[in-house]
Amino acid sequence: MSEWPLYEVFVRSKRGLNHVHVGSLHAPDDKLALMHARDVYTRRNEGVSIWVVRADAITASSPDEKDPLFAPSGDKVYRHPTFYDIPEHVPHM
Amino acid sequence: MINDADLLVNDAHWAFGTGFEDPLAGVDTTVPEGVDAAGLARCCLMLGDDALVLSQRLSEWCSRAPDLEEDIALSNIALDLLGQARLLLARAAAADPSLVPVLPEDSPVPAEDALAFFRDAGQFRNVVLAELPNGDFAETVTRLLLFSTWRLEVFEQLVTHADTVLAAVAAKGRKELSYHRDFSARWFVTLARGTEESRRRVLTAVDALWPWWSALDVPAEVDVVLEQVFAAARVERPEVPPAEDGGREGGHTAALTDLLADMQSVARAHPRGLW
Repeated sequence: MSEWPLYEVFVRSKRGLNHVHVGSLHAPDDKLALMHARDVYTRRNEGVSIWVVRADAITASSPDEKDPLFAPSGDKVYRHPTFYDIPEHVPHM
Repeated sequence: MINDADLLVNDAHWAFGTGFEDPLAGVDTTVPEGVDAAGLARCCLMLGDDALVLSQRLSEWCSRAPDLEEDIALSNIALDLLGQARLLLARAAAADPSLVPVLPEDSPVPAEDALAFFRDAGQFRNVVLAELPNGDFAETVTRLLLFSTWRLEVFEQLVTHADTVLAAVAAKGRKELSYHRDFSARWFVTLARGTEESRRRVLTAVDALWPWWSALDVPAEVDVVLEQVFAAARVERPEVPPAEDGGREGGHTAALTDLLADMQSVARAHPRGLW
């Protein structure tokens, strides 16, 4: 079924967390992509919410643009909030 | 190098061990007062056999489905049905132990396995719809649509059954069946409105299954749901005379004998085996 479009799958593993990219799959339409994602990526109780999006709807950065996009932030350590102590009871940081 | 004997005794090789527990462990299986135990057991046996046999059929798709995604979906559904079958066969055995085939006295085979693996076709109580060979993907989807729509309605009614064990099995199963119905209904509509070839296959599947479907005594609510799905798919329900389905009395097609030969051969070769 190589004509089926490719979808990227994002799963939220529990409430309060972000959706995380878990993989991709093929499906004939959006609704079936969601069903496939449920079957392929949440069989072991991994999720509470799923997003699927057609891979061709994603605009991605190219490795060639790596330097202009990312290098300028490399020497700006003051943008990182690393000078604070994070209290122990703050999760997921 | 792992040898067979090691695999059988060394649980560490298996993610969840090899000792499958009694699915009703810890549950009070006393039949409530006022419930006919033999009738309850017959009912559980019918529903359990429907699930077991269709589960086996669906699992035949494993590694052969049109796509990896469909392969996993059908295997998931097969496992859901197998889970229902285990609970229902265990319930049948607890309610009426006389149903369980007699095995050698030292056999460790639990009652649910004795029912699944040591009965012949004539003792199975599933409807013929469940045992028919798979056909193509369209036929599997169509059968699953009919079966899960019907079974979901039956389970909805059983949720209030006087036997609390059966009621709990139904409450758990209806979530699974809702998904099976959605999955198969969506594929049914997709194929029926897809290409000329996919539509032809759906129509062929409907024609092939309809005599066995119309032989069944299904609640009226089932028709309401099917009507919506068939309308969305723009498929007419055929006017064909019902087939003679003796499945509930043990009258089966040769397809069930073949299915059971496949499913039961290992268990029967090792009646004292522990799985």
